[in-house]
Amino acid sequence: MAMPQAAMDATPAPAPSRTPLVEMRGIDVAFGGVKAVQGVSVDLYPGEVVGLVGGNGAGKSTLMRTLSGARPPDHGEIWVDGKPATIANPRDAKAYGIETIYQTLALADNLDAPANVFLGREITSRGQLDDDAMEDATRKVIGRLNPNFKNFTSPVMRLSGGQRQAVAIGRAIQFNARILIMDEPTAALGPAETAQVRDLIRQLKKEGLGIFLVSHDIHDVFDLSERISVMYHGRIVDTVNKDDVTTDEVLGMIILGKPPTKLTEEEKAALHA
Amino acid sequence: MALSESTGQATIEGRPASPIRRAVDRIGTALAPIRSRFTLLGVDTRLIGMIVALAIIWLAFNIAGHGSFITARNLWNLSVQSASIAIMATGMVLIIVSRNIDLSVGSMLGFIGYTMAMLQAIWIPQVFGAQPQPWIWIVTLLVGIGLGALIGGFQGFIVAYGGVPSFIVTLGGLLVWRGLIFRYAQGQTIAPLDQTFQLLGGGTQGTHVGALGDIGSWVLGAIACVAIVASLIFTRRRKRRYGFPTRPLWAEFVVGAVACAVALGAVFVAISYPLPPNVATAVANEQGIPVPPGGFPTGVAIPVLVLIIVGIVVTFLATRRQFGRYVYAIGGNPDAAALGGINVRWTILKTFSLMGILAAISAAVSTARLNSAVTGLGTQNELDVISAAVIGGTSFAGGIGTIPGAILGAVVMQSLRSGMSLLLVDSPTQDIVVGVVLVGAVGLDTLIRRRAG
Repeated sequence: MAMPQAAMDATPAPAPSRTPLVEMRGIDVAFGGVKAVQGVSVDLYPGEVVGLVGGNGAGKSTLMRTLSGARPPDHGEIWVDGKPATIANPRDAKAYGIETIYQTLALADNLDAPANVFLGREITSRGQLDDDAMEDATRKVIGRLNPNFKNFTSPVMRLSGGQRQAVAIGRAIQFNARILIMDEPTAALGPAETAQVRDLIRQLKKEGLGIFLVSHDIHDVFDLSERISVMYHGRIVDTVNKDDVTTDEVLGMIILGKPPTKLTEEEKAALHA
Repeated sequence: MALSESTGQATIEGRPASPIRRAVDRIGTALAPIRSRFTLLGVDTRLIGMIVALAIIWLAFNIAGHGSFITARNLWNLSVQSASIAIMATGMVLIIVSRNIDLSVGSMLGFIGYTMAMLQAIWIPQVFGAQPQPWIWIVTLLVGIGLGALIGGFQGFIVAYGGVPSFIVTLGGLLVWRGLIFRYAQGQTIAPLDQTFQLLGGGTQGTHVGALGDIGSWVLGAIACVAIVASLIFTRRRKRRYGFPTRPLWAEFVVGAVACAVALGAVFVAISYPLPPNVATAVANEQGIPVPPGGFPTGVAIPVLVLIIVGIVVTFLATRRQFGRYVYAIGGNPDAAALGGINVRWTILKTFSLMGILAAISAAVSTARLNSAVTGLGTQNELDVISAAVIGGTSFAGGIGTIPGAILGAVVMQSLRSGMSLLLVDSPTQDIVVGVVLVGAVGLDTLIRRRAG
């Protein structure tokens, strides 16, 4: 239990007047006998980006899947706006304003962009799908992300990687999300599209959304986040203010699973070699 | 020997790419301008391709049969024979689109058909006396539909909530429902059926004809034309209101004119088929008039009317309701559907329940046509229904398939069988041809689709 204790000690004390948008407390997730996430606590404030980093299999995506309702936790609590929240499925999460952009994008490739943006939340009038209203809204929300996006009637399998990403992001911001989970949002994108996504994140932050940014790209995380939570083998190593650490120190935490203060001289030497 | 040598040389000289692939590429290139023209029309090119294929089949049989295929009589019979399979194929599309399969439709049809026959021939008369009741046909039909919804839904429940693969569940269903028929009446044939009920089969019962006649058929054609034009106008208006691109006005007129011509042409064919002489005489005697020189027009058969209604309703469910959107989303990406908050299990259950309802409707049509229920009713129908859906462009990979395509697929299958029967081709040979066509059609479609991307 040493590490979660360390994590709590190191968490910067938030201003007392502000309530966190999300608090996840003592989250456990196990797949059969494998403990993917153990006793993890993280929080998120309005207008803040929290970077979630760690190696493959560190439990980042699994942790976020509990928040998005895809896989409810075995133990632990999730609080939204300072109240305990019950998130048993994706629908519950969306009701709390929690939207997720999955690494796989989670698009139905055979459907067009409007159908994907409104998947599960279709606009209907008199019990019928209002495809025109959905296309209209989709044109507006995706136009905000990518003005060059024109193809609203083809199945999304015909679209480029960046356009597909735009559809997935459009779905997340269409419904006035307050909490956004972005799982590797730039992994499949070219430089120009990556820049667009970064601009979008900054803009959404300004609008007061809280964003969990899961990424392998340490530069993305340093560029966009206020705080960084490092995971290692299903546990939180530490949550640090971005300004208090260097990228090397964060890399050290990702690789060795220890906060910089607890590294031995030998480990430090190995890291810098 | 010479043949194999020459092909051997061609393989050595040419690329290792298969000759079929190259032929398809060449066809694709040749058709490109036509394809782009149709794209401008905003019409499904696959559907056009199927209609062209159907036209070729009809013409070929007509030439081979010295004009015996394209006659009002044969086309009318073709429409009635296709109806039962086509009704079920509309539901099979949704089952296959959501990455499932239903092998039990033939047995469900048999079981439900047998139950409906028992109800009207034995159970209701036992309670209410042998006097025919005017409500028997509708009560029977409703009970059958309810039973279909129930047993289809039961199978769907095991698939969706029990997690048993649909192939296994419905394979079990195929055996169970067929076996249960024998529990009813030790394999007796149940007959005769209620007089009104029989009209659902398109046959004649005394002076009652299971078809719409000339006035009814023209009214149906007129309704179809009004509906086509109205839908074109409303769609265009809506798109205009949102400022979306619309197709050119000439394209709207072409689409509307062609669709109306097809509808009215079908009506014309149906009324060109006169009632059989003995029925015509009976009708003439009843009305106290002589039989007109051309006979009495038969008109659109009731089973075809049922198919049209089913086709419209299922198309509406598939394209205009959330249910249909979810079915296609599940087929495209089940994980994405679940993450989108869709109740995947409930949706799957509903597709199977709908399939049961459609099997019940087909059962009514089939038993009514035979005026009896036999234990073998609907045997191997599952193969025809699945073939119809697949020939109609439904993909086993899930997420792709249309209801009009499946109906056309059923007509293509029935055309092959009926045409070969006219040419006195024996039944095993028919099976061979249909089997080859099934695999060939899907293979060609896969190649074209891969190329088009």
